[in-house]
Amino acid sequence: MSDTATRLQVRKPTPTVAVIEIAGEVTRDSDAALKEAYDQASEGARAIVLGFDSLEYMNSSGIGLLVTLLVRAQRNRQQILAYGLSDHYRQIFELTRLDEVIAIHDSEAAAIAAAG
Amino acid sequence: MSTHPDNRDASAWARPVERLTASDGHINVTGRRPTAPMNGFGRMWQKTYRAPVGDAAELAPEQVIAAWKERFSEFWPAGNRFFAPLAGIAPGEVAALDLAMPGGLKLSTGVLVLFSDEESFTLMTPEGHMFAGWITFSAFVEGGSTYAQAQVLMRASDPLYEVGMSLGGHRQEDAHWMHTLSSLAAHFGSAAPVEVQSICVDRRRQWSRAGNVWHNAGIRSGLHMVSAPIRMMSRPFARGAKA
Repeated sequence: MSDTATRLQVRKPTPTVAVIEIAGEVTRDSDAALKEAYDQASEGARAIVLGFDSLEYMNSSGIGLLVTLLVRAQRNRQQILAYGLSDHYRQIFELTRLDEVIAIHDSEAAAIAAAG
Repeated sequence: MSTHPDNRDASAWARPVERLTASDGHINVTGRRPTAPMNGFGRMWQKTYRAPVGDAAELAPEQVIAAWKERFSEFWPAGNRFFAPLAGIAPGEVAALDLAMPGGLKLSTGVLVLFSDEESFTLMTPEGHMFAGWITFSAFVEGGSTYAQAQVLMRASDPLYEVGMSLGGHRQEDAHWMHTLSSLAAHFGSAAPVEVQSICVDRRRQWSRAGNVWHNAGIRSGLHMVSAPIRMMSRPFARGAKA
C-alpha cells in the first residue's frame, strides 16, 4: 500500500483504535494510498490515530488530503488524533487550523489513551 | 514530540499567523484570521481546473510556476484585481483582492500565501472571503505534457455566500479559473481546453459557523462603497481637527 514516496502502515492496537503510520512524503500523489489506508483502518474503528514520526515532507496538497480524510472520518463518527509531529509540522497544523479539529499528542501511547 | 533533523519544506510554508495585516490598508484584510475549509459554513467542494500548457520536453513545471507567480493577475478575467505583495508570491505574504461581483459591486478581500515552492503555491482565504479554504496552483508532467492546475478546497464562508454560490457563484468561479488557465496556456502558446472536475467532499452544512456572516466582505464592501460620500465630506473636518 504505497507509491514511490508515501509509505503507510496500518495497525490496530485495540479493537476500536487504528493507527496509520505515515512515512516519507505526503503530496498530491499520496491520495490513493491514503484512501486505501483509511479504508483498511476504518473497519470497526472509533478513532484513527495518525503517526507522523517518519514524515519527511508534506506540501499544501498533502494538508488538503488530511482535510478530506478528516471529513470522511467525521462522516463515520470517528475521532482523528495525531502524534509524532515535529515542531515544524505542529506550526503548519496551527497555521492551517488543523490543530482545532485533530487532537495532537506527544506519543502514540498518549494518543491511544486519549482515544480510548 | 519527535525532532526531525531536516524539514526541506520549511522555507516553503508561511509562519503561523493569528491575524492578517494588509500593508496598504485594504478593507476586510487587516485583523482577519486565515480560514481553513473546516471553518466555513457551506458544503465542502474540491474543484480542479487543469490544462496542458506545453510539451514536457520543452517546458518544465518550474517554468510554468515561475511565470504564473510573476504574472498572476494578468491571467485573471477583466474587472478583478490582485494587488501582489512587494515581495511577490512568497510564504507569509498577504495580497489584497478586488473582485467584480454582479450588480457592479466590488468585493474587497485578501489572501495569505500559505505555501510557495518551485512547483506549486497555495493561497489561503481570510474571514469574510466568499469561501473558507485554499487554492493550490501547481504544475506537473503527465503523459509527455506539462500541465498547469488550480485546485480549490473550500466551503462557502457563511449562509449568504452559500446561497450566492448556488445561484451562480459556482458558475462564476468556474469561469474565473477556466479563463485564468486558458490565459496561462495561451502565454505558453497552447490552446488546449481546460478540464474541470467538481467533487462535493461533504454535503453537510456547518450551522455552527452561520455567525461567520458578521465578517461578510461583500456586505462590508457594499457599506464601504455607500458610505464613501460621507467619508469624503468629513475629510476637511478631520484635517481641521488635526491642524
